[in-house]
Amino acid sequence: MSSLAYDPRDRGGPQQPMLIARDLRKHFPVKASGGKSVQAVDGVSFSVGKGETLGVVGESGCGKSTLARLMLHLIKPDAGELVFDGDPVGVAPGIPIDALRRQVQIVFQDSYSSLNPRMPVRDSVAFGPFVQGKRKDEARQVARDMLGKVGLDPEIFGPRYPHELSGGQKQRVNIARALATGPRMVILDEPVSALDKSIEAQVLNLLRALKRQLNLTYVFISHDLNVVRYISDRVLVMYLGRIVEFGPIDAIFERPLHPYTRALLASRPSMDPARRIELPPISGDPPNPIEPPSGCRFRTRCPFAEMVCETADPMLGPLQGPQSHVAACHMQEAHSGHSLAASA
Amino acid sequence: MPLAEVRDLYVRFVTREATVYAVNGVGFTVRPGEVLCILGESGSGKSVTLRALMRLLPARRTQIRGSVTVEGQNVLGMPRRALRDLRGGLVAMIFQEPMTALDPVYTVGQQIGETIRRHTGCGREAARRRALELLEMVRIPSAARRLDAYPHELSGGLRQRVMIAMALSCSPRLLLADEPTTALDATVQVQVLILLRRLQRELGMGMIFVTHDLGVAAEIADTVAVMYAGRIVESGPVGQILNAPAHPYTAGLLASTVHGQSRDRDIDAIAGSPPDMRRLPQGCSFAPRCPLRMAECRFAVPEPRFPVRGHMAACHAVAHSSPATQAAVTPTVAGSRATISAR
Ligand SMILES: Nc1ncnc2c1ncn2[C@@H]1O[C@H](COP(=O)(O)OP(=O)(O)OP(=O)(O)O)[C@@H](O)[C@H]1O
Ligand SMILES: Nc1ncnc2c1ncn2[C@@H]1O[C@H](COP(=O)(O)OP(=O)(O)OP(=O)(O)O)[C@@H](O)[C@H]1O
Ligand code: SF4
Ligand SMILES: [Mg+2]
Ligand SMILES: [Mg+2]
Repeated sequence: MSSLAYDPRDRGGPQQPMLIARDLRKHFPVKASGGKSVQAVDGVSFSVGKGETLGVVGESGCGKSTLARLMLHLIKPDAGELVFDGDPVGVAPGIPIDALRRQVQIVFQDSYSSLNPRMPVRDSVAFGPFVQGKRKDEARQVARDMLGKVGLDPEIFGPRYPHELSGGQKQRVNIARALATGPRMVILDEPVSALDKSIEAQVLNLLRALKRQLNLTYVFISHDLNVVRYISDRVLVMYLGRIVEFGPIDAIFERPLHPYTRALLASRPSMDPARRIELPPISGDPPNPIEPPSGCRFRTRCPFAEMVCETADPMLGPLQGPQSHVAACHMQEAHSGHSLAASA
Repeated sequence: MPLAEVRDLYVRFVTREATVYAVNGVGFTVRPGEVLCILGESGSGKSVTLRALMRLLPARRTQIRGSVTVEGQNVLGMPRRALRDLRGGLVAMIFQEPMTALDPVYTVGQQIGETIRRHTGCGREAARRRALELLEMVRIPSAARRLDAYPHELSGGLRQRVMIAMALSCSPRLLLADEPTTALDATVQVQVLILLRRLQRELGMGMIFVTHDLGVAAEIADTVAVMYAGRIVESGPVGQILNAPAHPYTAGLLASTVHGQSRDRDIDAIAGSPPDMRRLPQGCSFAPRCPLRMAECRFAVPEPRFPVRGHMAACHAVAHSSPATQAAVTPTVAGSRATISAR
């Protein structure tokens, strides 16, 4: 984690996590299912340290974007709480939601629909600062600076409309828009997934440079483990609305604890035709999130599943400091009843 | 005889406002039982090339030039009736998004059965039996039950397996796969790749597999053709392309693909972005982004060079090492046999 320059908005000091999430839950009711719901995020707790990049990985539908929206209160959690720099979010005497949104910004997964198609991009970038009370000419100046910072000449690209930009350029505008209000933390929801590899590399370099320059804290959502490894300090792995593993990036990649994390890692192409993957690391698809399996949600695909996995929810061990590495699996829990669990 | 041969293929889309130069002189050969990966970024002309092999392009606004032959038959010149027999018979195609190719109002069994009946004229019962066989072949769990499922009742991975089963229903000699695993999750993608590889080998099919992912190509290809702005800029055995790329674009793509780089350094990205396909640069299309650019790159399209036999790179900065006669023909991918044992 990088050292931070002094920020007058810092309240809790460097040891105080930027964001703490406790037991967040969001279920979406499903029409025509007899009162059932999608358990998009189901009891998720973690913290984001100041100046760190927290990676979030998992397969499609596991709840990554829902979690991102919950972190900004763009959707209201059914349960759980958020603490931003020591202040509870949305409850007096904590930090009000609009004040949270001045300090936390998001770059959305779908960069095409998140820019106003009828506005020159410089106006889209200036909009945030303007709404926050800057004069029009000041907001315009911020937009020019920000476009320059993301590598787009404001004279050439500022007057253009979104459809006149390539995918990579649009994503740069999105990043400029998110940064224009001077946030301390940015949630990046699959910011490079829609981009070609050669452009993805440019945007990743840009994000890293901006983080250093502006002392930012990132939450970086992706399904590409290689990208997450490159960019993150810590990572949380999600499966069907729950965290299955959480820890420092090297620990997770070198000593993965959860069978799902191991399967994800082993599913990455080798990049070497002489060492191809011969057998699928796991079989089947992720199950329907409307009726997730009882107990461990991964048990229907897990090669180690035993009786206890069906009857009891594995707990994500207690977090002890930012370096702790935990997994929600009965094999990791002493005396859980799983034959491979430690018995001491 | 090669299974499929494409020579000097040019495809243009002409509209009132502009002409899109989608494919600009593409050539390659696929032998029976061989897997050719066409690798390239968005808009480079991969899908258009693949569609040309089945003549699946909108006839009105499309100008096609060049030759496409499959088992010696001239695809671009054949009458419509013959074309119908070709599609789904000799040649079959799998698309990226299975939902667009499956009909939501018919069950899986009905759709596969119908395809079989159309091509073989067999009875309903026999078609259903064959459909079941196919679902089992693509390893769909509880296949008998899945015959009566509608596409929306299946997960993404199962739908893609159904698409594969449908494509295989008439025992094609050549399978065309357009990014068939791109929309799938990582743990499912690898299952489908392994399945396709196994079926391709067991059935002895040739396959052209389009992808933008180097890692996927490494898992499935015998030979790779790298496309940039409607041209094949490099081709050769997969090991050669991944371990010793000769074209600066391929080398740049490899360096930009994040896979275990040190976190202390920036990624070696390729600067700039691909050209506008309506206004291609005059010389090498990669010149505006190329770190090795020389004066001639700006005005002359580079001829194919062969740094190693069977390995072609169209780049002014690459030295010839094989006889010039090889360069006179369209880049034909050879020497792929050696890599097959690696699977
Ligand atoms: N507004 C909504 N109403 C109903 N269901 C929803 C809603 N938003 C998300 N879901 C469901 O919640 C689950 C989690 O969705 P979410 O978008 O968070 O997943 P994700 O991990 O971001 O997936 P992806 O990788 O595809 O972006 C999915 O099953 C999704 O269909
Ligand atoms: N029917 C069409 N009319 C006009 N232009 C087209 C048509 N089909 C494709 N193009 C253009 O031709 C070029 C090549 O398209 P193609 O679909 O082959 O790209 P691709 O390599 O498959 O890209 P992707 O990875 O995004 O699928 C693009 O510039 C595209 O916009
Ligand atoms: S709890 Fe059981 S089913 Fe879940 S991952 Fe661990 S061993 Fe597998
Ligand atoms: Mg998402
Ligand atoms: Mg395509």
